[in-house]
Amino acid sequence: MVEGESPMSAVLKTALPVRESPAPGSLALKAEAKGLDFYYGAFKALKNLHMPVYEKKVTALIGPSGCGKSTFLRSFNRMHDLYPGNRYQGEIRMYPDNVNILAPDVDPIEVRMRISMVFQKPNPFPKTIYENVAYGMRVRNINRKAIVDEKVEKALREAALWMEVKDRLHDLAFNLSGGQQQRLCIARALATDPEMLLFDEPTSALDPIATASIEELVDELRQRVTILIVTHNMQQAARISDYTAYMYLGEIIEFGETDQIFIKPRNKQTEDYITGRFG
Amino acid sequence: MGAATTDADLHAGKLRALRALIASHKRWDLFFASVGVLALMFGILAFVALFFDMAVDGVPRITPDFFMSFPSRRAENAGILSAWVGSTLVMLVTALAAVPLGVGAGVYLEEYAPRNWMTDVIEINVTNLAGVPSIVYGLLALGLFVYQFGLGQSILTAGLTLALLILPVVIVATREAIRAIPVAIREGAYALGASKWQTTHDHIIPYSMAGILTGVIIGLARAIGETAPIITIGALTFIAFLPPPPVQATAPFVNFEWLTSPFTVMPIQMFNWTSRPEEAFQANAAAAGLVLVVMTLVMNALAIYIRYRLRRNIKW
Repeated sequence: MVEGESPMSAVLKTALPVRESPAPGSLALKAEAKGLDFYYGAFKALKNLHMPVYEKKVTALIGPSGCGKSTFLRSFNRMHDLYPGNRYQGEIRMYPDNVNILAPDVDPIEVRMRISMVFQKPNPFPKTIYENVAYGMRVRNINRKAIVDEKVEKALREAALWMEVKDRLHDLAFNLSGGQQQRLCIARALATDPEMLLFDEPTSALDPIATASIEELVDELRQRVTILIVTHNMQQAARISDYTAYMYLGEIIEFGETDQIFIKPRNKQTEDYITGRFG
Repeated sequence: MGAATTDADLHAGKLRALRALIASHKRWDLFFASVGVLALMFGILAFVALFFDMAVDGVPRITPDFFMSFPSRRAENAGILSAWVGSTLVMLVTALAAVPLGVGAGVYLEEYAPRNWMTDVIEINVTNLAGVPSIVYGLLALGLFVYQFGLGQSILTAGLTLALLILPVVIVATREAIRAIPVAIREGAYALGASKWQTTHDHIIPYSMAGILTGVIIGLARAIGETAPIITIGALTFIAFLPPPPVQATAPFVNFEWLTSPFTVMPIQMFNWTSRPEEAFQANAAAAGLVLVVMTLVMNALAIYIRYRLRRNIKW
């Protein structure tokens, strides 16, 4: 504790890491929600959210059903723009270019090209394994076979699926198991070198073994990509994330390092949720 | 001991009551199943009876000559050559016109149209169009295609008229096929940065193709039996020549003159024969009807096969 600082501000500094603390250099902001409100028509689903997302860290969003964690996640790749009546207010800034990705003059397609997403239920396209992974490149007009081949292999390796599928790349993706399909979706999301990866409860449709393999994968991926993950499973958040935000009724009740949130939450509500007294 | 017996009796009594209840529920199951089977049989038996009645009259007339002869004043020489060729060519025009228009409209309404009152009005009208009597389309086509556009009483006019007629069917089938695609697939494409057109072209249209083609063929199966609008636009009932062939041996190898040719179609030929008093022509009508029904059944079978083939790779 630095001389002259109040105990409270010291607590805040360690609990709520900002860019200059606690470990300078290792922490860089990748994105940051600043006063984010979100409306489904007249319903205000997100209320004045402030949250940093640190580069090459895993940030978990937890909270009871309907708390807005998926809504928050889907704001990061402007998924809400697909449906009429949705409205954002406030900002999500993305770094290093410091652009507000929610600004009306920022094309949602550009945002989605920079930030990939993995969904709740594995959603491979009814195409071959190869074409699923290659689709992000097709969208970007990358069609040179040598390049696509290489990227498909690299993405499948990163998603820990290569060994299982290398001999049947031209089989239909639907013939894979649920866990394999989800890893395929991760490979698909990785193949275009995203700056950030969003996971929306990626293991909620999977069995425990497949879940473990996805968690292991997330753990490895943090080396090269910033990850934001929504999870229903608090043990999962505790296992795989560096930072955790607890949300309730569209608000972030508490944000901090995962250890701190799970070991000594500052907020009574967070504690009740984490210890299972609520939610 | 006494108490235990009472308990066991009580338990047995409960079970008996439960079984009686289940039995009475099952009687209703049986009752409804019987009513359902009867309802089903009514429709199927009526069709089978009609079909066999027609077959008995018509089958003796179904010979290769019947397919290869023009209509004639003498019933035993008359055939359906000009009718089936006409029907085939009209269906070709109908399909070529209705598929792009219907699929385009359906895709637009599902994927692109803004959600507002205008779209609502258009949607309601598309559904209503399916209920417009076909003769009204015939009148419209007579005014628009025949007189206004000067297309004449041709294969082109007939094809376009029937295309209009089945357009709502194609649009509705397209929309339903598109709606069957899970939101997650669509979002998966958008999440990779695909534009609306990329998503539509790479995913929406291919995955809904089975449903669209089924709708198109069902529509064509309806169109091939349509008589009223074709008569209204002035198809001839007695045609003893074929339209010029669409392909030829000399350059440019394709020939579009057939589009403007006079024509007749199967149901008109059949109608024409039915109105003749001679018994022999009635047999001809039955034979033509049989061919028409078989053509429709084959088209429906094709629809089922295509659906099966295209959906084999798509599971959701």
